[in-house]
Amino acid sequence: MNESFKNMALAGWGRYKPVPCHVYRPERRDALLALLDGGAPDSVLARGLGRSYGDAAVNRDGSVVDMTRLNRMRSFDPETGELECEPGVSLSEIISVFLPRGWFPGVVPGTRFVTLGGAIAHDVHGKNHHRDGSFSSFVDSIDLWTPALGVVTCSPTENADIFWATVGGAGLTGVMLSVRLRLRRVESAYVTADYQRCANIDAALEAFDATDEDYAYSVAWVDCLATAESLGRSVLMRGNPVAPGRLPRGPAQKPLHTPNRFNATVPFDFPGFVLNPLSIRAFNETFYAMNRPVKDKFVDYDKYFFPLDRILHWNRMYGKRGFVQYQATFPPEGRAGLRAMLERCSVARRASFLAVLKKFGDGGKGMLSHPMRGYTLTLDLADSPGLTAFLGELDRILLDHGGRLYLAKDAVASPETIAAMYPRLEEFRGVLRRVDPDGRIGSDLARRTGIAPAAGETHHG
Amino acid sequence: MANAMPGSQKSVVLLGGGSTLARAMAMRFAEKGFALVLADLDTAELEVIAQDLRVRYGQSCRALHFDALDYGSHGDFAAECAKALGETPGGVVVCFGVTPVQEDAQKDFSVAHHCLDVNYTGAMSVLEHFATLFETRGSGFIAAVSSVAGDRGRQSNYIYGAAKAALSVYLCGLQNRLFKRGVYVTTIKPGFMDTKMTWGMDLPARLLTDPEQAAGIAVQAILKGRGEAYVPGYWRLIMLIIRHIPGMVFKRLSL
Repeated sequence: MNESFKNMALAGWGRYKPVPCHVYRPERRDALLALLDGGAPDSVLARGLGRSYGDAAVNRDGSVVDMTRLNRMRSFDPETGELECEPGVSLSEIISVFLPRGWFPGVVPGTRFVTLGGAIAHDVHGKNHHRDGSFSSFVDSIDLWTPALGVVTCSPTENADIFWATVGGAGLTGVMLSVRLRLRRVESAYVTADYQRCANIDAALEAFDATDEDYAYSVAWVDCLATAESLGRSVLMRGNPVAPGRLPRGPAQKPLHTPNRFNATVPFDFPGFVLNPLSIRAFNETFYAMNRPVKDKFVDYDKYFFPLDRILHWNRMYGKRGFVQYQATFPPEGRAGLRAMLERCSVARRASFLAVLKKFGDGGKGMLSHPMRGYTLTLDLADSPGLTAFLGELDRILLDHGGRLYLAKDAVASPETIAAMYPRLEEFRGVLRRVDPDGRIGSDLARRTGIAPAAGETHHG
Repeated sequence: MANAMPGSQKSVVLLGGGSTLARAMAMRFAEKGFALVLADLDTAELEVIAQDLRVRYGQSCRALHFDALDYGSHGDFAAECAKALGETPGGVVVCFGVTPVQEDAQKDFSVAHHCLDVNYTGAMSVLEHFATLFETRGSGFIAAVSSVAGDRGRQSNYIYGAAKAALSVYLCGLQNRLFKRGVYVTTIKPGFMDTKMTWGMDLPARLLTDPEQAAGIAVQAILKGRGEAYVPGYWRLIMLIIRHIPGMVFKRLSL
């Protein structure tokens, strides 16, 4: 039987420029394979929970396979922590099932609401990157459907090139069918957090350099509107795991449970004027004032790792036009670039409601994985006139300082920009020529940035 | 003597266990500590679902072959369930069903016949066996996923609706027979659910119920011993209105 599809306008989490797609949502593995092998009439792309911000998970006028119903767990080994499941399983499901048993994903991004497939396709990073690397550090192997080679199992030792192209490969090498990853043991669902204010960006970076190694988790909030000697003033939020014995009485009784909370929801698109430089300045002042320096504060996992998950549909705050999330990573010697970028933001008054700064450890082996040693700055920028030109200026700063953009966030960068940022792009394209010589897999991101070989280029290399 | 509550014996058989709603219901039962038997035609896919339930909930979950149309096998099947669980199951839920396109069922009698055979005859046949087991024991619960379509015939789906109406009437009678024997019977009437069946259909998003939410409502109704559950509850009001449209008016509508 043919799978039916739905015509939908899909966008990334930034809701920036939705595009029409034919969306399939198979509920069985054989239905998925029939769809893929049967040769969907147009190009095809797997999509998870749609939390990448830009155009990575949309395929204009092509097919999109919503993978969220293929979310069956297949096995778990309580000795090693190895979990095998279908890629549509969300990290939220994994956490709900395994945290009470004392296991947690090795890496979590800023939201629980991503699928395993999405986490691998963007090789996501978390607050422990400086110690543990990115998501792929905990992935043992992947069963991948590819247009040319059928189903292949890939891992760091088997079909390693396909593995390292799939990790961070934005879904372009094929469609994942099954994934094996290692969870890690945790003793409690709490961290002890130290909150530390830094008067400006230099102080923040110095604090990262001086003491990040003392913390398992580290991240900072940055005020993008502060200027002059306060430029980039920050609140560092760093923490370590807690042994249950150290917890206060309430949490100590259920150390592996996070408290139930009421989740707020943004019920509709906010009008454009709600977020403006004045309201954002007021928010930033309040945030900085409220986060007094404190040491050894017990914070549960949900609050520490996923603060924004408590506000459902928070992307609606940016109104109908949506927003772009811009994540820029500078190498250690690129600190001047980071400063220049913050200056540019505060001068242009294109404030970001939430700006986040983190120090990365060494990059992994993913050909297009984003993290590399250095500092990463993440900005949310509402879509307003002149945005593209402004982002072009930021790209310039980034390129001048040897930095790179994150494909899971990017929505506007040019092919030249991306090519200059990812030195292993040709290697990646080489794998695509093998697994997908006819360009059956497609996405708007791939077409816009040219990271997949163009049709016709295929056989000439 | 007051009846024991439906969930007092923690084991359940889900017939048509491979469906989206059945899987979601199985999760709710497993969460509450039920041992499970899932039964369906396609046991390969069913085994994937059963394995998922074992990994997630650490509950015993067996996948058995079941053919709703093989009426002669239903007696043995009920015995097989008891063997798999090590006890006569605490309850049974019919989740299987087919939804033919109305026009196909009008044009091709075999399609209409199949619809009635699966949705009504198959359910009735297998439930009679469990009814007798539960009646003898003096406890248990029986539930089946019927449909709001069975509440009043409409031109868009009356052949399917008639089969579901038969199922609803059957369950009502079964309830009447078994209540005094300590067995609870629940008729589940979902509206539109966001599943493979409705994917791609032109339906208002607000009327589509998430299978997880539907399963929560259904399982709660079953374990509370409710006779009937609209899923979600607002369908009771919608169907109340539809049932009370005078015939003179109704026959002129295009529903």
